Amino acid sequence: MSKTSKKPAKPEMEKDERSFLNRIAVRKGKFEAVLVPLLSVFTAFVIGSILIVFSHPESLKAWGNFFQNPWGAITTSWHSVINAYSALFIGAFGDPKQIVEAIKTWQSTGETRALLNAFRPLSESLVFTTPYILAGLGVAVGFRGGLFNIGGEGQLFVAGLASVYVGYSVTGLPFPIHMLVAMIAGIAAAALWGAIPGILKAQLGAHEVINTIMMNYIAFRLTDYLLTGPMIAGAGALPITPDILPSAYLPALFPDPMRVHWGFFLALAMAGVVYWFLWKTPLGMEIRMVGANPRAARYAGVRIAMITVLTMVISASLAGLAGINQVLGVEHRLVRAFSSGYGFDAIALALLGNSHPFGVVLSSLLFGFLRSGAARMQSFAGTPVELIRIIQGMVIVFIAAPEIIRGLYRIGRTKKRKTETKKVPAG
Amino acid sequence: MPPILELRGITKKFPGVLANDHIDLVLNEGEILALLGENGAGKTTLMNILYGLYKPDEGEIMVRGEKVEIINPHDAIRLGIGMVHQHFMLVPVFTVTENVMLGVESTKAGIFLDRQAATERIQDISSKFQLNVDPLAHVEDLSVGVQQRVEIIKVLYRQADILIFDEPTAVLTPQEVEEFFKVIHSLIEQGKSIIFITHKLGEVMSVADRIMVLRGGRVVGATSPKETDEASLANMMVGREVILKVEKEAAEVGDITLNVEDLHVRDDRHLEAVKGVSFQVRAGEVLGIAGVQGNGQKELVEALTGLRKIEAGFVGLLGRDISKASPRKIREAGSAHVPEDRQQDGLVLSFTVSDNLVLNTYYESPFTKGLNLSQKEIDKAAQERVGQFDIRTPGISIPVANLSGGNQQKVIVARELSRPIKLLIASQPTRGLDVGSIEYIHGQIIRKRNEGCAVLLVSPELDEVMNLADRIAVMFAGRILAILPAEQASREQLGLLMAGITESVPAEPAGVEA
Repeated sequence: MSKTSKKPAKPEMEKDERSFLNRIAVRKGKFEAVLVPLLSVFTAFVIGSILIVFSHPESLKAWGNFFQNPWGAITTSWHSVINAYSALFIGAFGDPKQIVEAIKTWQSTGETRALLNAFRPLSESLVFTTPYILAGLGVAVGFRGGLFNIGGEGQLFVAGLASVYVGYSVTGLPFPIHMLVAMIAGIAAAALWGAIPGILKAQLGAHEVINTIMMNYIAFRLTDYLLTGPMIAGAGALPITPDILPSAYLPALFPDPMRVHWGFFLALAMAGVVYWFLWKTPLGMEIRMVGANPRAARYAGVRIAMITVLTMVISASLAGLAGINQVLGVEHRLVRAFSSGYGFDAIALALLGNSHPFGVVLSSLLFGFLRSGAARMQSFAGTPVELIRIIQGMVIVFIAAPEIIRGLYRIGRTKKRKTETKKVPAG
Repeated sequence: MPPILELRGITKKFPGVLANDHIDLVLNEGEILALLGENGAGKTTLMNILYGLYKPDEGEIMVRGEKVEIINPHDAIRLGIGMVHQHFMLVPVFTVTENVMLGVESTKAGIFLDRQAATERIQDISSKFQLNVDPLAHVEDLSVGVQQRVEIIKVLYRQADILIFDEPTAVLTPQEVEEFFKVIHSLIEQGKSIIFITHKLGEVMSVADRIMVLRGGRVVGATSPKETDEASLANMMVGREVILKVEKEAAEVGDITLNVEDLHVRDDRHLEAVKGVSFQVRAGEVLGIAGVQGNGQKELVEALTGLRKIEAGFVGLLGRDISKASPRKIREAGSAHVPEDRQQDGLVLSFTVSDNLVLNTYYESPFTKGLNLSQKEIDKAAQERVGQFDIRTPGISIPVANLSGGNQQKVIVARELSRPIKLLIASQPTRGLDVGSIEYIHGQIIRKRNEGCAVLLVSPELDEVMNLADRIAVMFAGRILAILPAEQASREQLGLLMAGITESVPAEPAGVEA
């Protein structure tokens, strides 16, 4: 039997690992693809509420007096949870009352100042969401092609460096041209950063997880070097690049203080493009084929090496777009902290969104709104922003180990049994 | 005395499928019960219930007259039920003793492995049942037949009285099958009871005491070899008349289509697996390659289809040199390939039936128009092929993983045969398929041959090769030992050649054209 015949260790490992990616990142069936993410998010919030209680001095004290006043402990806890989550909600979407007031003022006086302020939280949420979508799409394309691109953060950094350089150093180009040139420079840099581990994988079988991580370090140190030397704005100043010219801006959609810009629609458009590419073109079919079953892809005549490099290039370019978006749309210059780990969070987003472009958009909206609302939760309800990180982390644990969700909600038992016995050969 | 095992009214539903429908089964002590049925008839489900892998929805299990609950394999083992799987579960680099001990390690002082005690017990078991296994040999050095006996020892070591064999002969040579039957009889003599799952009719007739036939999850007949014959068993299994022998006229042989000269190919371990093989296949004939698995057939087929590099030698297709061509170029030159491992190589299981039907032609017109795949054209072609090749599927847009093995194979056959091809390379085209599907796929292969296509059939199933081939080549240790005209080849002769024994075979030497 081919299955019992001896094979060298490498392809076997390869197979197991691809099937691992396929199991957690490209899930099949409604239950795995939709119900697990929804229940994971819900469960994470429930556990999060327990952490809120513990992080709150008052409710902790109330629990200390539990035997004197048990009801007090419960109500205090309840209130702290409600307070935290409603602050999170208002921080993310804006205060409904304030919004209504602002609309009324605008209708009667035509004054837009209040309106802009009222919608500002929503705008901020979308500002957070945009790089999430782009980087998440990048990781998702990798997953679909059977590659685990952990290098999103590094790809985002080099793309940001290239586009900020074009943004401030190239002069005399009119608005959309300058912006597009800056974008293309960024994409080219990211594509190169992704192509290197792609080629190493395709030609030498070097593992992309290790090499993308290593490329991250190179990108970080490269940024440190450039920001403290060649690209620094002023001698002896902070490690910040000069501002890019307005002709290279991704234009804002509204006046200040709303920061949301065209990058959001660019990200949505990219989700559509990725969907079209993966599911409606022969090349996309080849990427999915290599991801789902490389042996069958080889049998079908697909050039695996070429597709591997291409997948890495596309994945990295999308991650790079997240960095370009931050530089051209939000920061208009580059500082060391211009990305707060978007490239790493993207892995979680792609997992949560089942490596599907529309799933990535939805999970990015969730993470973007959480991140944006967290600041208000900290200042108004006294719950640390780190809670959001914990919730995000728990969501990913549940996605990666859906058995937990199955066990908790006692669902999908027969399904589990079925997959389990698939290992037993059919007779 | 109550029967050693009795199942009463076992019912198991899966979403959309009634896998077992009120099945009653009785196994008496010391007998061999053959469980016969097509794939999907419910044999494996029933045995998995017995082994504690599934929980039945209804029904009860009695062991030695007592009602029992079997929640997991540990319960089954405790009740003396053992299973020998079709695919061996052995660690190749461990010794026989270590493999057998896995999970039931005997220890000294609680922490140290007591290999000595285990070795002695294995020695006892081996001699008691005439298994002839060296406990200290490494599993990777053993032949497939001996590895199977290691699996049997594993079960006996765990003190099983009821042994379930799942398709035990699928991986054995005809000679090894004979050996295996001897082992089975010695087990029976020592008081064991056996359930034997199979879909091979000949084996059932020669080894079983009683036969139970399953179809569509139900018991459709219980009989014994004395009361029945192969034809009526096949009819019972399939539910209609089955033609076991493929009807075919004499071959109308045309020009040389595939020409292989002194081919050398290495395997994954870089060892030479094909050592100078030469043969030709002409239009309108089937050349069958017989041989026990692992004698270079896999590497040969991969080399001919562009999936494996050729070290030396020449492969010509219709006069064109394809020695260095890519799989896609070879396919475009008019070659079709039904691969040995359909789920690994032939299909992308998570893709839809229609995508799998264009798995190697999706980039051609009309399936790709400009930049875009034309789902409309793909679906149209899929719809036609599903009808034409009788693929039983609830729809063309469901993952091919949801189809039965036979229908998955039909998807591959439909994809490969619905193109205008000059050469068909079919590697184990009916492996693990039921009688109905085998009959169908054999018919399709012969249809192609009659249309003037050259066919290279590689199969370890001697019956299949003898049934379909016009000429039979026997491959052993990377070489073709002989090529015989099918009508002159006898089973015994081929069996000896498959074991590498060339004396007393009045055949032309390898490489000479028949």
